[in-house]
Amino acid sequence: MSISQRARRIFSRARFAFCVAILICFTGCVRHEPPADITILNGAEPQSLDPAILSGQADMRVAQGVFEGLTQFDPKTGRAIPGLAERWEISPDGCTYTFHLRSNLVWSTGEPITADDVVYSWIRALNPATASEYAGQLFFLKNAQDFTDGKIKDPTQVGVHAADPLTVRVELNHPTPFFSDICAIPVTSMVPRQTIEKYGDRWLMAKPLPVSGAYDLVYWRLNDKIRLRKNPRYWNAANTQSDLIDILPVGSANAALSLYERGEADIVWDAALIPAGLLDVLLKRPDFHTFICLDTYFFRFNVTRKPFDDPRVRQALALAVDKERIVKKITQGGEQPASHLVPAGTANYTSPEGLGYDPARARKLLAHAGYPGGQGFPRFQYMFNASAGGGSKIHEKIAVELQQMWRDQLGIQMDLRQMEWAAYLNAQSQLDYDLSRSGWVADYNDANTFLGLFTSNDGNNRTGWKNAQYDDLVQRANQEPDLKAREKLFQRAETILVRDEVPIVPVYFYVGINYYDTNRIQGIYPNVLDNHPLQAIRKTGRGSRVEGRELDNANKQ
Amino acid sequence: MYFLKRLIFAVPLLLVISALAFALVHLAPGGPFDRERAPASPEIERAIKAKYHLDEPVWKQYFRYLGDLAHGDFGVSLKYRNHTVNDIIAQGLPVSMLLGALAFGFAMGVGLPVGFFTAARRGRWEDYAGSFFSMLVVCVPGFVIAPLLILLFSIKWKLLPVGLWETPWHMILPPIALGLFFAGKVARLMREGMLNAMQSEFVTAARAKGLGENRLLLRHAFRIAVLPVVSYSGPMLADLLTGSFVIENIFQIPGIGVFLVNSSLNLDYPLIVGLSLLYAILLIGLNLVVDFAYTLLDPRVKYE
Repeated sequence: MSISQRARRIFSRARFAFCVAILICFTGCVRHEPPADITILNGAEPQSLDPAILSGQADMRVAQGVFEGLTQFDPKTGRAIPGLAERWEISPDGCTYTFHLRSNLVWSTGEPITADDVVYSWIRALNPATASEYAGQLFFLKNAQDFTDGKIKDPTQVGVHAADPLTVRVELNHPTPFFSDICAIPVTSMVPRQTIEKYGDRWLMAKPLPVSGAYDLVYWRLNDKIRLRKNPRYWNAANTQSDLIDILPVGSANAALSLYERGEADIVWDAALIPAGLLDVLLKRPDFHTFICLDTYFFRFNVTRKPFDDPRVRQALALAVDKERIVKKITQGGEQPASHLVPAGTANYTSPEGLGYDPARARKLLAHAGYPGGQGFPRFQYMFNASAGGGSKIHEKIAVELQQMWRDQLGIQMDLRQMEWAAYLNAQSQLDYDLSRSGWVADYNDANTFLGLFTSNDGNNRTGWKNAQYDDLVQRANQEPDLKAREKLFQRAETILVRDEVPIVPVYFYVGINYYDTNRIQGIYPNVLDNHPLQAIRKTGRGSRVEGRELDNANKQ
Repeated sequence: MYFLKRLIFAVPLLLVISALAFALVHLAPGGPFDRERAPASPEIERAIKAKYHLDEPVWKQYFRYLGDLAHGDFGVSLKYRNHTVNDIIAQGLPVSMLLGALAFGFAMGVGLPVGFFTAARRGRWEDYAGSFFSMLVVCVPGFVIAPLLILLFSIKWKLLPVGLWETPWHMILPPIALGLFFAGKVARLMREGMLNAMQSEFVTAARAKGLGENRLLLRHAFRIAVLPVVSYSGPMLADLLTGSFVIENIFQIPGIGVFLVNSSLNLDYPLIVGLSLLYAILLIGLNLVVDFAYTLLDPRVKYE
């Protein structure tokens, strides 16, 4: 047999095998599963759904449907309402909470949920070996920080105890008016001890997976889909609105919009999933919902470097930023310019006014600091991270705008330094920068979530700025049981932060943008935490979709 | 024998690649656990580094990695701490491979005939039209072609889904978007190969013997002309099978290509190294297959 004959035979067989393989692949890849009631585009792929480990908003929005805490967030207001605990009492000094669990609580696998599960879940989150990013949210408990720091080895000394199977007694360091909100954050929710001890890091893949929340985790395929099914044993299952929910990670805003427009997705709840170029057109549509939320965009000064060790220089730079122009020209989502750090809408708190736009005063201050007209001012760098998704390049545009404003108003020269996310965070925490773009999203609805960041020893300070008076005011505020007096103390602290010392300059308050058609989707509400509990969301019949006419017109223009 | 030797040589090559990848990712500034939120306690930072052995010297980590690798264990993703790299590959690779295989089929199915006919009709309008087509698709990148296809077929005419990867209908646009570039490349290589083959002596000889033009081109010239395409198809297949960040991202396809890019941005050390190795293995393996195919196609080629 000649080589060519052999070759021909091999090729014909190979061709056959190839066709068969393709056929098998095709039939194998076609999914046979019921369609979901609701499909949600969730932004980034969750890093984890383990309540102790997760960190991003995308992670939390899924995890809070699967694991529940003593309280949960109200879908309308974002404030805490009873969850696994049906009621709780607070001692007169505000430092002891007694939670009463509901008597009908079971895991999705049928075992009862008891006070011991609360203690286990909280101690697990605090245990340094768990390496929880949000462990700090539990430091309001007595001895909790010392336990995480390894100074106390005995977990029974931490201020959480099971008084009886249905009663949890919690001791706090200070009266913490927002503690019931803390009990709704995923890091405090109930996780199944036996499953975790049996499977270790991969416990979420256990079948069956005992869950404490409204939804069972059917599967989680990375970068593909998370499917949730109603947990019939959940205490409030009668009010769980949808049976099957699909949650998809989406990396590109264009893909998100196309999927939504073709009806493949019902809800898109990440502001980053709106194509920046279409923002002005889309925001006019009735199915695009914008609302204020508790997130602030700001930049940091590295006060350990000259000339930014001089408060007058920092004030001058702050006064020369036209924030109005930045939100009108660049972000365009209806953001509010910020002169203070704590966003409007924060509970029990109104911020003092910070520095506005006053270039004349800025030039004066810069001259006082020894740089009249910017003469002799050293070149410096503004560090920012490459925007995720890369589409809108908001950070880069703002950097360029700042560069121009300072050059025109103050006569100083700034270089731009764009970095990858991990390198940027590293440089920031090592104080290896001059100015650095920053942002912060409220963990809970209270001024402390923002003002606590810039106390001298907080790991999130990252400016090198230390101010004893500021630390003292924040600490006293946190020990103050009277809400009015507490607000006054926080206001004095914030005045130091944004008017006198200015280690940071707030630029604007983010807005939340979700899109969904209210004719078809209900139970999702704008709230300041941009938090939307899954069990409340439902589809209503087959109302007519909002047609994308305006979008079509925009494309034609 | 020759192929056995090549296989044995592949082992040290993979070792070098893994060592390089390992060293390079550890050199990159920042680390996988640098987060916007500072760790609540230095103890937590210490615990997490100890857990993933990041507190050890890099060479020690590397040998630990090799030890695990010998057992077929690529380690745990540092970004997605509940998933192993093996999980991620097992889940994403079949999707990317199917996408790649379809794109390969498309590239060959379009590229070979176009190349063949443009060469056979050299200098006529068919040649210019075909060459223009192949030049165009080589020059226009995927991130332009893919949205264009979506705009036409999905949004304007509503014929095909805009994304996701569920039914055969979902598997039409992405392979085309991914395969077009390679179709153009194949067409150009094929045309070139045909032109060369048609001028070679054995074709002239066959023509002198009175062989029909069609038979001459298909039977004799084609087999030689296709050789450059074959040698190109090895790296091309490796490229296609490991997925494409751009195409997977645009069409929301749960393949491995997205991880290839994102793992580097996240400094997810085990995932970066694991995927680099996977890519290397595919590239080496497919080049071997290509060389083997050469011996079958071209009687002049023999490996000792």
